[in-house]
Amino acid sequence: MSNNMQNIELKENSLLRFMTCGSVDDGKSTLIGRLLFDSKTILTDTLTNISNTSKKRGMETVDLSLLTDGLQAEREQGITIDVAYRYFATGTRKYIIADAPGHEQYTRNMVTAASTANLAIILIDARKGVLTQTRRHSYLAHLVGIPHIIVAVNKMDLVDYSQDDYDKICADYMSFAKEIGLAGARDIQFLPMSALNGDMLVDRLDNMAWYKGDSLLELLEKAPVAHAEAEEAFRFPVQFVCRPHASVDAKLHDFRGFMGRVESGEVSVGDAVTVLPNGYESKVKAIQIGDEQLQTAPTEQSVTLLLEDEIDTSRGDMIVKSSDLPQTVKQIDAFVCWLSETPLSPARTYIVRHTARESKAKIVAIQYKVDVNTLEKQQTNDLKMNDIARVSFKLAQPLMVDSYTTNRATGAFIVIDESTNNTVGAGMIV
Amino acid sequence: MTTKKTLSHLDWLEAEAIHILREVAGQCSNPVLLFSGGKDSLCIVRLAEKAFRPGRFPFPLMHIDTGHNYKEVLGFRDRRVKDMGERLIVRSLEDSMERGTIVLKHPDEPRNKHQSVTLLEAIEEHGFDCCIGGARRDEEKARAKERIMSFRDEFGQWDPKNQRPELWNLYNARSHKGENIRAFPISNWTEMDVWQYIERENLELPSIYYSHERDVIIRNGDIIPANVKLANGEVINKPKDGEEIVKKQVRFRTVGDITCTAPVYSDADTTSKIVIETATTTITERGATRLDDQTSEASMELRKKEGYF
Repeated sequence: MSNNMQNIELKENSLLRFMTCGSVDDGKSTLIGRLLFDSKTILTDTLTNISNTSKKRGMETVDLSLLTDGLQAEREQGITIDVAYRYFATGTRKYIIADAPGHEQYTRNMVTAASTANLAIILIDARKGVLTQTRRHSYLAHLVGIPHIIVAVNKMDLVDYSQDDYDKICADYMSFAKEIGLAGARDIQFLPMSALNGDMLVDRLDNMAWYKGDSLLELLEKAPVAHAEAEEAFRFPVQFVCRPHASVDAKLHDFRGFMGRVESGEVSVGDAVTVLPNGYESKVKAIQIGDEQLQTAPTEQSVTLLLEDEIDTSRGDMIVKSSDLPQTVKQIDAFVCWLSETPLSPARTYIVRHTARESKAKIVAIQYKVDVNTLEKQQTNDLKMNDIARVSFKLAQPLMVDSYTTNRATGAFIVIDESTNNTVGAGMIV
Repeated sequence: MTTKKTLSHLDWLEAEAIHILREVAGQCSNPVLLFSGGKDSLCIVRLAEKAFRPGRFPFPLMHIDTGHNYKEVLGFRDRRVKDMGERLIVRSLEDSMERGTIVLKHPDEPRNKHQSVTLLEAIEEHGFDCCIGGARRDEEKARAKERIMSFRDEFGQWDPKNQRPELWNLYNARSHKGENIRAFPISNWTEMDVWQYIERENLELPSIYYSHERDVIIRNGDIIPANVKLANGEVINKPKDGEEIVKKQVRFRTVGDITCTAPVYSDADTTSKIVIETATTTITERGATRLDDQTSEASMELRKKEGYF
């Protein structure tokens, strides 16, 4: 165990959410197991559990990948069928890993994991190079807008730690990344490693002295945690309106607090704001968290906003800066990933949930679907689970939107089937 | 690289939890917050204060009492509720036992797993469409795949294969009549985060979370609190023949039903000492303290399927 992992985490740290893309064969579970193990997140009783299981299954060494296969149903089948969330911390950062299975039929799980990640580790088997699944993972990471990509060429021990093999894989990947517009749009870093031996994960070890870049943990520690580094427009969907007028405290009779989370941008006391969809204008009078007063609230902070004027506002409205408005629309064009085993039925009415707002929605057209392996566009009339397609919807209620590429919070929506209440689709507004 | 202001990990976790609580309030018509007086639920009521003050909570609090709770914790629970000026509903396993809906195999059988019955009865009685709980994904591997808004069918069952995908922070807490959502605002918190938050917010906890001297029995390597006097005067966990009572310096890492939560040896008598102890511990919270999770590798998963939290 290296020194930087032994620090006791006692202070407030930054937080990075990342995902891992790869199948069991790529050593993904071993990679996560090792990060947890080397960061002391695995405690002795858990280790005893998995070493017993390893023995039961006739293995000679402790299989770190067992740390990440959770449910009995999955253990029986020996596969991972759902996104699992794991946690570890170093002296300076807390990490949340979204661990998604990488097989083709699990596109929906990858999209789910990617939706909250700010960094993706794409695993490539050094013996196999860039495969169809590498392309699929990269396309999906790009589609869902993950800003930072680490391409980890794993199993370097099985190619004698060959720099030539590594260089060739990096070059192959870059030419493909240019093809799909990933290069340039996203921050891409490469590293060689062996998750099994631990080369270049937490410790560098001696096998790849030719590699001068950062180890995986160093890359994770340095990655920016914000989803967008550029300034974004202020977007504040109202989740709940607080009106304690019946309170015994007379001062609160006129209190009207708009409760929500700063989804993007920031807001300060005195800012000129507009409340959508009605378009009322006012100024921010106060920003509070409980009884604490703030001057400014940054992105992702949950606060209560008080406005100068008495404005009739309810859940689902959006407070924005008057200088930078989103579009208010009743028709949207989006890339949709279908999540449900029940295919999309173009004749039906669905519910679209966008920020804190819901609207009934009808399908206008499915323009094409994307083959996630070849990235070819195909004509289609239906959408099945794991399909990705460009779809136009018309809406009963207006939504206040930005394109997904400019704003993840106001560009994303989910599709709900009203009969089952299931979440059946995930959309990214074009 | 720009120096855009980002939240610290505790601020981020707090903001996420507040957002989840407000989504419950906005989407559900009759939610309830499960409150035991334990450390996780004390964090959640603090978060609820930040989410909804100066208003009242848009939900009552509820405790499912096994009848085997530490009186220090029950007293603390009632005091905290009174201070907040919120409404507490208590439903007790013993009422279910009287109704005959819970039948213990023997009087000493641990009651934790039977909580599901009383909980489901209370949900039906009040027509709750959502229960907010303090479960965390790091607690146990069956929880690592748990949704933040987790769907339960009419029988309160959790079907791990039939959970709604959860993307971005767009939560789907819709349910039909009789069905139920369990909402977990501190899903993404670890035990360490909880203690750091308690320290930062200066939260008061029941005294048994801190190091104290206690009569215990050492049984098969477990530390069993001995001769615990309940609020009704009854004494449980009496030593069996041949067992010896010893005095030890202990604290509870987790507080639940007396018959199935064990303390750990500890000298940590302040929150900041506990933070350090948590950072250096070598045993998981449940592994150290939950006598009921050790029976089978999948025991938590099985209990969850039956409607347990």
